[in-house]
Amino acid sequence: MSAPSPVELDEPVTDDITQLSTPWVTIVWNDPVNLMSYVTFVFTQYFGYPREKAEKLMLEVHHDGRSVVSTGSREEMERDVQAMHEYGLWATMQKADTP
Amino acid sequence: MTGFTRHRRSGAAVTTFTAFEADLLRSLAAQLIELLRNESATEDVASDSLEDLLDFSGPTLEPEDPVLARLFPTAYPEDEEASAEFRRYTESDLRNGKAASAALVIDTLEEAGLPAEPQDGLFIDIELDQPTAITWMRSFTDMRLAIATRLGIEEGDEEHWYSLPDDDPRAQVHDIYDWVGYLQETLVQAVS
Repeated sequence: MSAPSPVELDEPVTDDITQLSTPWVTIVWNDPVNLMSYVTFVFTQYFGYPREKAEKLMLEVHHDGRSVVSTGSREEMERDVQAMHEYGLWATMQKADTP
Repeated sequence: MTGFTRHRRSGAAVTTFTAFEADLLRSLAAQLIELLRNESATEDVASDSLEDLLDFSGPTLEPEDPVLARLFPTAYPEDEEASAEFRRYTESDLRNGKAASAALVIDTLEEAGLPAEPQDGLFIDIELDQPTAITWMRSFTDMRLAIATRLGIEEGDEEHWYSLPDDDPRAQVHDIYDWVGYLQETLVQAVS
């Protein structure tokens, strides 16, 4: 791929205690532009999800307006959000327990 | 109008563009690069302090242009400070990556024989290996996001666009949007 990978050194410093205790989530939001096939492809390609899981998440985005596509440390989720932005998907992140 | 298909033996995604189509795609990619480089990715320095003047890292505020705001969304909707930090560390890389993807589209077209001033009757055969196909897909996405934001495309509003008179420039731009969507769809199928 031609897009540069995230530079490890440039990752924002995160609070280790928070990071260990509370997982974070990456959320992908519905938009009127991205094709269902492309969104599914991105989920299989980037996350390595099996096609069934990728399609399920894509349909959640499509029908519910959003879907949690990955869970992990804050740093991991920042990488995932950046990757989704590279693919042109509308992604945000928040703590897992936020309603 | 031809979409992408998968070449059975090599697995490459292949298509043939007319000179007009290839030229249009090159022009969309070039406009995308211009947009990405146009509005500065760094904001005006906050003060004349030595620290601020030597701070060459990325921007912290959402871009003013709605297209750029869509290409580089706010990562933490509820946390302005964290969003600013995220943007500072990611937006420049994202901008460069998207510009590089669009540049690759142009390079591929020109290496496949698209001249600076294409003549009618010329056809451009395109063959993309998997990594290049994925880069093209990303760039198609960026082009479609840019057009959709400029036109104000919303969910399920196809009827509106098809009801516009043919000579309405918005209808013509929407046709281009649909065409890039068709290329995107067939490219995804070709590499899946």
